[in-house]
Amino acid sequence: MRALQRKLLRDLWAQRSQVLAIAAVVATGICLLFAARSTFGSLQHTQDEYYEQGRFADVFASIKRAPWWVAERAAELDGVAQAQARVVVAVNLDVADMEEPSRGLLISLPDRGEPVLNRVLLDSGRWVDPLRDDEAILSLKFAEAHGLEVGDHVVAVINGRRKRLEAVGIGQSPEYVYAISGGDLFPDPRRFGVLWMARRPLASAFDMEGGFNDLSLRLLPDVQPQGVIAELDRLLEPYGGLGAIPRSQQTSHWYLTNELTQLESTGYVVPLLFLTVAAFLLNVVLVRLVAAQREQIAALKALGYSNRAIGLHYVQWGLGVSALGAALGLLGGIWMSRSWLATYETYFSFPRLIHQMSWNDFAQAAGVSVVASMVGALGAVRAAVRLAPAEAMRPAPPATYRQTALERLAEWLQASVAWRIILRNLARRPVRSLLSVVGIAFAGATLVLGSSLVSSITELAAVLFDRMQRQDVMVTFNEPASSSSAFELTSLPGVRSMEPIRTVPARLRSGARSRQVGVLGMVADPRLWRVLDSERGAVAMPAEGLMLSSMLAEILGVRAGDRVEMEVLEGRRPVLGVDVASVVDDYVGASAYMEIEALRRLLGEQGTTSGAVLTIDPLAESELYAALKRTPRVAGVALRSATIENFETFLSDNIGSMMFANLLFAFVIAFGVIYNTARISLAERARELASLRVLGFRRSEISGILLGELGLLTAAGIPLGFGLGVLFVLWAVRAFETELYRIPYVFDTRTFVISAVAVVGSMVVSALVVRRRLHELDLVAVLKSRE
Amino acid sequence: MSAGPAPGSSQPADAVAGSGGAAPPVFRVRDLRKVYEMGEVQVHALRGVDLEILAGEMLVLLGPSGSGKSTLLNILGGLDLPTSGSVEYGERRLDGADEALLTRFRREHVGFVFQFYNLIPSLTARENVALVTEIARYPMRPEEALTMVRLQDRLDHFPSQLSGGEQQRVAIARAIAKRPQVLLCDEPTGALDVETGIVVLEALERVNRELGTATVVITHNAAIADFADRVLSMANGELVGERRNETRRPLSEIHW
Repeated sequence: MRALQRKLLRDLWAQRSQVLAIAAVVATGICLLFAARSTFGSLQHTQDEYYEQGRFADVFASIKRAPWWVAERAAELDGVAQAQARVVVAVNLDVADMEEPSRGLLISLPDRGEPVLNRVLLDSGRWVDPLRDDEAILSLKFAEAHGLEVGDHVVAVINGRRKRLEAVGIGQSPEYVYAISGGDLFPDPRRFGVLWMARRPLASAFDMEGGFNDLSLRLLPDVQPQGVIAELDRLLEPYGGLGAIPRSQQTSHWYLTNELTQLESTGYVVPLLFLTVAAFLLNVVLVRLVAAQREQIAALKALGYSNRAIGLHYVQWGLGVSALGAALGLLGGIWMSRSWLATYETYFSFPRLIHQMSWNDFAQAAGVSVVASMVGALGAVRAAVRLAPAEAMRPAPPATYRQTALERLAEWLQASVAWRIILRNLARRPVRSLLSVVGIAFAGATLVLGSSLVSSITELAAVLFDRMQRQDVMVTFNEPASSSSAFELTSLPGVRSMEPIRTVPARLRSGARSRQVGVLGMVADPRLWRVLDSERGAVAMPAEGLMLSSMLAEILGVRAGDRVEMEVLEGRRPVLGVDVASVVDDYVGASAYMEIEALRRLLGEQGTTSGAVLTIDPLAESELYAALKRTPRVAGVALRSATIENFETFLSDNIGSMMFANLLFAFVIAFGVIYNTARISLAERARELASLRVLGFRRSEISGILLGELGLLTAAGIPLGFGLGVLFVLWAVRAFETELYRIPYVFDTRTFVISAVAVVGSMVVSALVVRRRLHELDLVAVLKSRE
Repeated sequence: MSAGPAPGSSQPADAVAGSGGAAPPVFRVRDLRKVYEMGEVQVHALRGVDLEILAGEMLVLLGPSGSGKSTLLNILGGLDLPTSGSVEYGERRLDGADEALLTRFRREHVGFVFQFYNLIPSLTARENVALVTEIARYPMRPEEALTMVRLQDRLDHFPSQLSGGEQQRVAIARAIAKRPQVLLCDEPTGALDVETGIVVLEALERVNRELGTATVVITHNAAIADFADRVLSMANGELVGERRNETRRPLSEIHW
């Protein structure tokens, strides 16, 4: 090994604690970067493979009922490669281990062979016999959630008749990777399942003989879906087409894509933050190292080492640190992406999740750490190169100090000499002091971010479950019914109050923009299911016209007072002009609301009801569930308690580990910054502090000088961290905003307390470590050696 | 720090030049000037120095601190550039040379010994010498160089495990390992006591004798001057005297 390389290794070893502190920051950044990239790559790869293997469709359409030949016509449309018609029906499922009904989707399988699109991949068991009406393939997550295996039975309420179905197989489909039932925030595999059945029995039970109500298309390569959708809608319109949607709006795909997008963006932002801090620390430590080694540098130059060789030497120091960090970070990243994927596996249903670790991701992580170390090393290398050998031979001139504004403050406060030393030191290197403060603030901000998000999510839950959805049960009918059907519900056991709901599938259009929604008709002043504005609280329905979620208003590009076109997708399918009466800044969904009577008037109908929300007597719960399971008209039953339970499971599954990771990351940054700042102050001023000791200062007094400096930096960093943290949170709240929900920003003093305590904690730990070194200061040796 | 004794003669600097014998000069310096800008003040470190250094000679440069001897040495060694005047090393001009040429010159032709040794503390004696042998063209082995300064038993000691005199001898070994034509020593005994200083000078003398390396020793200690072939005195940035010792006094007789 070359002598200069030996020097490098020994220098690194001599400064191992600082090296480790910086490497930990690099490692955290690289770990997050790699985990996000690798998870992203794995999910995307898995998705691609699965979609290909499962022949996932490009266009999806629901129809009231169309005859078979329409499917053949659809297949002949320009740009269409394949079409597949199915019968899809929402039913209630009765599973032995649950009192309340589950929601189920029955999907028909072709009479012969396997589906050409949206295939079902069998996990176990066998294919259904096309002639049997009592066999089904269960979706894997649903089967797992209930502990069902091949040979077990599920009861489906088909047209009011309880039908016992045998699970002959268990499988998955790319159509239900994220199997979520309408109105839910998270998938609940216990309460939502997909069952694939033979077509014939299903069609005859639902009056679909010779027809279908669901159509999927696969397009030819490079064909855009818009044109095909327009053609398809025209074709399906006479048969009650509900409007075709492209794959991008298909529920499961939409969630998966959303998750991937978030992974991709957060995969860069957060690691970048860490690597910036790492570059800063490297810079500070290396600049100090070069200053301390100025005579060594001069000697090397005198011996004939070129500027390049010497510059490279210090670059390698930085590279060494980042290589260590990158190695640790990659190990952590592999582990972390595994655990992330495991979490995804509980929410997403994949036949096999391919954990992909591409060389590309490794190279990217390594490259980024190299860049960070280069950026960090740059200043120091420049200093080393610029050092004129003849000049470097002489000891460095005493540092220049001057009185500053800070100092006048000290004078005014009649501060002690010790305090003046502290203030002058900070003022002498204003940029470094400032960067240290910013670094500490970053750590604090990370904590504010982490704990605020927890507060925000908790607040969202409170808004959802305590203030918005105050019903205990939501019942949906399988098709629009008379108002008496809703009132009949009040006579069921345990029902205390009821509010009817009218949902109308429609396409809202404004200019070129359009969106397919269910327009929600609600009573004028709802008590149970309310609409909340983030500023105004519960809002009443306008007497006439639509009330839009601000999200939907944004999508359509409309404001209150504008007029939109409402193309109704059921019944007589009128196309109506409706005024936007108001826009509501609500927390969930991209919804359109209307007063129920106004909606009925608009459609020219009387008392039509699609479902109802109920409050119930908890003691009569079982009885009510049993009654609901027997009611043929009831297609779905959503329980608030189940939703809350599901939400809480999600929180406890994810928030705990998220908080822990957050604390760890923040500590890594805080310790990295504070400890290095302290070590450098110590190195720079060992001589000065030793002189003070010789003059009779006590250990505690010189510790006070050094630690007072740290304390001051920390004290300045904490409030800055609060401010920065709030900015982070506001950014994150925006970034996490989806059509599904908006996370409210909550000002929670606890988040600031957590942040401050953790930062102070890191400072105390660094201070203790440095104080030990301070006590070990060898007075004679320090004074003898030439600074 | 008190100045050394004033030189006896006050020969003009011009007369010093060209006073060499038959041996060809290694360095030829003409009207060398160096001005440092220190804010608004100009410091004239060298005010027109003319000088020749002959192959194989042992030259002592005597003068009080601030007389310009270190500046001269730094320019000779390619560590610094003059403000005006010329420096020829053999056929090469060093004044106005670029960084790459100076680096090559230092790497191949000149050895440095500093007052404070300037060893790399994280490297052993052998490794400190290897720093040079790894980049020079015709180096000796590090062990060989260390043997010349009688440190063959301290090869694997770190600087912190060596005495001041031993550290300086490592520095000498490091300087001579490349077999330089010139050895430039800036106050090599400045930080040492008499006995240790003598050991270090012995090492320098031995190198000079056995390898024939022209050696320039800067000092403000007039007692050391007696072991040189030639003694030049400097004051205020000028050469103010030259003395030739017909016989070099053995080191055993030198005290200070």
